[in-house]
Amino acid sequence: MSSSPRAFAFVPPALPATTLGIIRASVFVVALLPLAGLVQRGVAGTLGANPVEMVLRSLGTWTLVLLLATLAITPLRRVTGWAWLVRLRRMLGLFAFFYATLHVGAFVWLDHWFNWAEILADVVKRPYLNFGFAAYVLLIPLALTSTQAMVRRLGGRNWLRLHRSVYAIGVLGVLHFWFHKLAKNDLSQPVIYAVVLALLLGMRLAHTLSARTIAASSGALRQGRVDSPAKSSATVSRRRTQ
Amino acid sequence: MLIRRDLPYRPSEITPEAVFRGRRLLLQASLGGAIGALSAGVLAQPAASLSARPSGYSTIEKPTESSLVTGYCNFYEFGTDKQDPPRYAPEKLRVRPWTVRVEGEVRTPRSFDIDDLIKLAPLEERVYRLRCVEAWSAVVPWIGFPLAELIRKVEPTGKAKYVEFTTLADPKQMPGLGTSVIDWPYTEGLRLDEAMHPLALLAFGMYGHVLPAQNGAPVRVVVPWKYGFKSAKSIVRIRFTEKQPATAWQKASPSEYGFYSNVNPERDHPRWSQKTERRLGEQIFSRRRPTLMYNGYADQVASLYAGMDLMKLY
Repeated sequence: MSSSPRAFAFVPPALPATTLGIIRASVFVVALLPLAGLVQRGVAGTLGANPVEMVLRSLGTWTLVLLLATLAITPLRRVTGWAWLVRLRRMLGLFAFFYATLHVGAFVWLDHWFNWAEILADVVKRPYLNFGFAAYVLLIPLALTSTQAMVRRLGGRNWLRLHRSVYAIGVLGVLHFWFHKLAKNDLSQPVIYAVVLALLLGMRLAHTLSARTIAASSGALRQGRVDSPAKSSATVSRRRTQ
Repeated sequence: MLIRRDLPYRPSEITPEAVFRGRRLLLQASLGGAIGALSAGVLAQPAASLSARPSGYSTIEKPTESSLVTGYCNFYEFGTDKQDPPRYAPEKLRVRPWTVRVEGEVRTPRSFDIDDLIKLAPLEERVYRLRCVEAWSAVVPWIGFPLAELIRKVEPTGKAKYVEFTTLADPKQMPGLGTSVIDWPYTEGLRLDEAMHPLALLAFGMYGHVLPAQNGAPVRVVVPWKYGFKSAKSIVRIRFTEKQPATAWQKASPSEYGFYSNVNPERDHPRWSQKTERRLGEQIFSRRRPTLMYNGYADQVASLYAGMDLMKLY
């Protein structure tokens, strides 16, 4: 028995390739259902009194849901130990981008009929559009660099650095929704998204901090100077500033 | 403008008594009887018709399909979702008995029973454009009489400069009151000359029937040149004041909603443009239409605001 920290790591049960394939296919189909529903209602003419608003809001909602689902993968993997969850992350992220593109497309086409002057004036002037536009622009490079080839080309470290912007995108997306709903003085819905986002980001922060503490103390252990807590926390803060 | 008195019929002849029974009563009656669920469903439709003579103030535009106007509502007392009022109001709102108190700076303050109030003047059908502050619009055939008819009856004093409308706020009937979206009760207001304008309507019905609960039954105002939220629904109190009353949305967000809230394509809402609007019922591939100054009623009402800075007094 080894006494190294690795011995305590939880070994996830391996998932047969076919099971993973079925899960991935199911997620793919489920992620397409909201769009299918909109198309079906559009064809049937049951999108309600204000069809454009209905489509815009639905697409926006599903963008946020998928964005949060993407952000939930890593914390969920850590809690459950299901390593295979990470194999769903790229697909969910790309679906978030897909719905965001449809959302932006509906805004530009159905809502504004490519009146670029009007669109630009609005995007500059309205806080909720500032946030929404920024979120979408930041999503584009992530979608473009989502392939395995791009990961190799950028190098894992750079790729990871770039893809950390998804946290900012999550915050911007929720702010977009929040500021849009502010008009009605009714934040009951954006609050839900904000709480979920805060929870997911909080779990990451907690993990990072504890990982650093472990790394710091194990580093200290190796150097044979595990003594006062003051010293080890000093190590942590030094590492944090790197 | 004066309404002609020499009508070929008397106001009391216009509406059969059964009309004044609320939808709730109809529904209960039909459920209580040995009638099948199907006919109960039929009776639950706004069957109480209301006849009225046509008005020269009506637009010739085609009215929006009634199911859209009754199914897409802002009536936050029943919830902030557009589908909340049609979902909850018909079964929860009790429209009989209903009293409207008229008070404040008037010589004859009094309470009107709704069934007396509706007979105060001949009913007219007015097809008006409705422009919501959220940049959508509709065309609605309202039934009512000019608000001025009521105002003349109660004789405002020389001090009366404004009229304040208060909407019912009963948590037992209105599930939306649990939220703090608005400082309940909902209040709205008009300058006295605005309220006296012949276009300002005290409405009891629409689409040939009594008002559905979700559209402000049993009585509301309709001020077609202002954003829809100015037209208070389910009114229980009308108060005449010397000072400008604080209005619900002004209190909630003063930078976004002013006292006047006249439809004005040049004065943006801080969060969206008011230059264009979407007409309810138009297909997904139809374009927005330009919003008209005073919602197209500029010829009639622009003189009310002569010399005012409309960008400041929004």
